[in-house]
Amino acid sequence: MKQIAVASGKGGTGKTSMVASFAGFAGAVLADCDVDAPNLHLILKPEVVEKIPYRGMEVAEIDSDTCIECGACERACRFNAIEKFRVIGEKCEGCGVCPLVCPVDAIEMKKRVTGHVYTAHTRFGEFVYGLLGAGEEASGKLVTVARKKAVEIAERVGAPLIIIDAPAGIGCPVIASIGNTDLLVMVVEPTMAAVHDMERLLEVAAHFKVDTVAIINKYDINEDVTKRIEDFCTARGIEIVGEIPFSKKFTEAMVRGMSIAEYDASLAEMMKNIWERIEEYVNASDENHNSV
Amino acid sequence: MKITVASGKGGTGKTTVAVNMALANGATLYDCDVEEPNANIFLNAELEKIEDVSLMNPLFDMNRCTLCKKCAEFCRYNAIAVLPSDIMLFPELCSGCGGCKMVCPHEAISEGERKIGEIYRGEGEITIYQGLLNVGEARATPIISRLKQYVDDNGISILDAPPGNGCPAIEAMHGSDFVILVTEPTPFGLHDLKIAVTIVRKLAIPFGVVINRHGIGDEGVEHYCREEDIPVLMKIPYNREIAVLYSKGVPFVKEIQGWRKKFVDLYEAVAE
Repeated sequence: MKQIAVASGKGGTGKTSMVASFAGFAGAVLADCDVDAPNLHLILKPEVVEKIPYRGMEVAEIDSDTCIECGACERACRFNAIEKFRVIGEKCEGCGVCPLVCPVDAIEMKKRVTGHVYTAHTRFGEFVYGLLGAGEEASGKLVTVARKKAVEIAERVGAPLIIIDAPAGIGCPVIASIGNTDLLVMVVEPTMAAVHDMERLLEVAAHFKVDTVAIINKYDINEDVTKRIEDFCTARGIEIVGEIPFSKKFTEAMVRGMSIAEYDASLAEMMKNIWERIEEYVNASDENHNSV
Repeated sequence: MKITVASGKGGTGKTTVAVNMALANGATLYDCDVEEPNANIFLNAELEKIEDVSLMNPLFDMNRCTLCKKCAEFCRYNAIAVLPSDIMLFPELCSGCGGCKMVCPHEAISEGERKIGEIYRGEGEITIYQGLLNVGEARATPIISRLKQYVDDNGISILDAPPGNGCPAIEAMHGSDFVILVTEPTPFGLHDLKIAVTIVRKLAIPFGVVINRHGIGDEGVEHYCREEDIPVLMKIPYNREIAVLYSKGVPFVKEIQGWRKKFVDLYEAVAE
């Protein structure tokens, strides 16, 4: 079984629109790993099969009746998560140092449900998505749980492929989403900001030794920058598997809860060609191994 | 006045709003998207590194270590693996909490700094501070937290937050006087806006919404804001000219008449 991650560095370049379209052609298990701002389910309209509670990092809790206000915990906490003998939940990293230093055992580490992993049927196949509770930590761990579940389902239904919709950025949840995949499909738009972010994402892909191809979305917004992206990718042996023009139809499809492949016949044709090239690439990737 | 520009969904126009607003009001800009800092692409300031950001990581003295595993059992990040004759650290998992050193009964653990990123400062038309996470590192939050120490409480400070609703975005919002949530009028924009609103309300920070690319998509965001009594502070229309200027890295207050004043008004509305 192969795993493909669709990522971008910069947000809003069209990752989810791509994944939703590929879903219709791929016969893959789909995994939305953008766990703190997932969107793919808005198009896939999943029929939830299983809702699995996710327990993230523990959070310290100070019992104010027992607390003698000595300040030992505040001094020991490296995350500035304790102020005036109270824990700031959003800052607590759950390390467990404060109960260790508390002289009167007033602090307990509490495990809580901080998100869920959903498994679901959709019109395009099986779907797994993670949803982190608002303001909760440890999104990387939730991504890992969602990916494990996707592998389990793919094995069960005999799907040859998993497609992962990754979050923006290059930090913890992105590393968890693209690590150990067979191919990174990078969606980039021709803006100076997106080029900058693409370069950083490629460094991450190289760091984790993930093979990469690129899609240029909205290529006609700025053809000079598109040319720069093409030259950049060519110089590094990164294949550009597709260039998609700017079209309001992408937004129109989204508003109707459809993938672009369902909404517009000519764009559907284009997306199908791009998908076939990706599929070909990943199936040949055992021999490929171009170094990014 | 500290204003954080955040969004939930990526690519909605946080940096556009933050940069144009900072330019129009002579504010200092803090690029808190340390994974993918973009603001300076629009400002072109000469950036100078002013600080390395490091985490404390454990160092093991194998002459003292008895492989008792106390440290590995304590570590909640699974960053320490004890092997039959050695001990191993996975540095990118280590949060630098210092707990392993405390629990070691043999004083075999000391700590050393491991660099995970940098802070930069630049002077151009306005002053910009920017954090940068080293590639391959997972923890953006400590860098944002360091970056925020340069925030001046007296002047106007505008913080450009990272996308998403996770810990880095929350760290950028924490302690702000006001949060501007930038969204686009689409189902994706609305979905992620609702999550962001939940968080800002939890943090008890006053906030308002800026709708970018107004005119594409649907009415969902405006309906929602009306129902929830959330002020819509500004609507930036979708037009090709703004999109092309963005693609070149040009702030549109410089090129399109009338917008400088609108961003001054935006600040004034927020300051009230």
